[in-house]
Amino acid sequence: MDDLYRDYILDHYKQPRNFGELEPHDLEALEHNPLCGDELGVHIRVCDERIVDLRFQGHGCAISQAAASIASEELKGMTLAEVEQLDADWMIDLLGIPVSATRRKCALLNLKVVRGAVTGDHAWPT
Amino acid sequence: MPSVAESTLGVRADFPIFAGRPDERPLIYLDSGATSQKPQVVIDALAGHLRDHNANVHRGVYPLAQEADAAFESARAQIAAFTGATPQTTIFTKNVTEAINLVAYSWGRANIGPGDAVLITQMEHHANIVPWQVLCRERGATLRYLEVDDRGELSLSALDAELARGDVRLVAFAHVSNVLGTINPVAEMTARVRAAGAVSLVDGAQAVPQMAVDVEQIGADFYGWTGHKALGPMGIGVLHGRGEILQEMEPFLTGGDMIASVDFQSATWNELPWKFEAGTPMVAEAVGLGAAVDYLSALGMDRVREHERSLTAYMLEGLARVPDLRVVGPPEADGRGALASFTIGGLHPHDVAELVSRSGVCIRAGHHCAQPLMRCLGVGATARASVGVYNDRSDIDALIDALLAAREVFALDAP
Repeated sequence: MDDLYRDYILDHYKQPRNFGELEPHDLEALEHNPLCGDELGVHIRVCDERIVDLRFQGHGCAISQAAASIASEELKGMTLAEVEQLDADWMIDLLGIPVSATRRKCALLNLKVVRGAVTGDHAWPT
Repeated sequence: MPSVAESTLGVRADFPIFAGRPDERPLIYLDSGATSQKPQVVIDALAGHLRDHNANVHRGVYPLAQEADAAFESARAQIAAFTGATPQTTIFTKNVTEAINLVAYSWGRANIGPGDAVLITQMEHHANIVPWQVLCRERGATLRYLEVDDRGELSLSALDAELARGDVRLVAFAHVSNVLGTINPVAEMTARVRAAGAVSLVDGAQAVPQMAVDVEQIGADFYGWTGHKALGPMGIGVLHGRGEILQEMEPFLTGGDMIASVDFQSATWNELPWKFEAGTPMVAEAVGLGAAVDYLSALGMDRVREHERSLTAYMLEGLARVPDLRVVGPPEADGRGALASFTIGGLHPHDVAELVSRSGVCIRAGHHCAQPLMRCLGVGATARASVGVYNDRSDIDALIDALLAAREVFALDAP
């Protein structure tokens, strides 16, 4: 068993949850990973300050796609205030694999795009 | 087709990094397109200069300073001779990026104006795109691109058609593509550019380390390359320029060393090449690069090219055995430099690079600083394996085994 490419990571990569477009949507953002040119966008539907549905679009490595897929299941139902508080540790813990320094941005790209859509802050999560 | 006679130069023992890794894994280094490893003679030359001859150059009268001067200028002479240039027209820069910026700022801002065009190609590295974008935006000029065809090659008739439009002032292109590996017909291209009254700049970053390059024969007005891909240290690059053009140009960076005299309100410029070398230069790095080109000359650049061509042919054969693997660029090793960029269906290049690194195989993955080319190829990224003088067939075998194993981790053949 590979430390990084565990079964659930490959499962989320090959069959990502909540991928595609969401129309209509209330919030959206699109981000690039400058390291590899990967692209990830998000559409978010909001009701009463809470994420009721979201979809990711784009392409990327197994780490970035699995991270987006796994996070998507947690993000649904969160309030926007809760999303604002999410940090890098939340995402890395959720992913549950040892992420090296060079792959960290792959893991965090989805949180960057979601936080960008919700707060307008396009900085990398710390 | 030349035979696959020479598949090793037998020089790996000259490169201490291969013996000195702290972990158990072998170092299968297939990333020489990004930077080369360094032979002991280069490491010794760098350290020896710092240990025994270090002083600032150009104004010292004491013996140690004269030693430093002599070391710096004799390195320039060695390096110029290696590429068929003269020392007076061989300018030290930090890297190719700085060499291209020097031309874009000093020549470009004086010679490019509204209505003019700069022509580059779709296969350029960002270093040979962005300086021209900035120049064209600033000067109200147009940036146009020569297309790359399905074989990863440029068309000379397309170049002729562009030049016939009459507005092209400068044409800049890679000698060897860092993604496709394509070896461009640089001498034919520079001759056409010159005949059209335009100026040519060749980015030789990938070419100089792997084949005999004679800038006089190539006929480029500017030819830039970098030391660290050619077995030398990082932090030193080279710009060769045509003397009469360099004479007319204003300096790029200004300050110490590049002046003849300074008054309260004005200054006059030093002679070539020092007019373009402001501030304390990278002396030890120049000495290190001098040792590197001596090492390459002793190997013989024709032997280096034949070795790397033959290994690249072997690599292309091996890659063809990996299911769903697609190589971009010219199909045969004869028309390409010592690298192969590829994608594997169902596997992102970053995951490929990560997985093969488990076996000690070092390859690069990403857009290789060529995002416009990636768009033309219709891919977001590729994995790239590139070979150097120290590689042999065992490195390629390790790569192919590691790629097949990577596919297994992702269970790509599972029903």
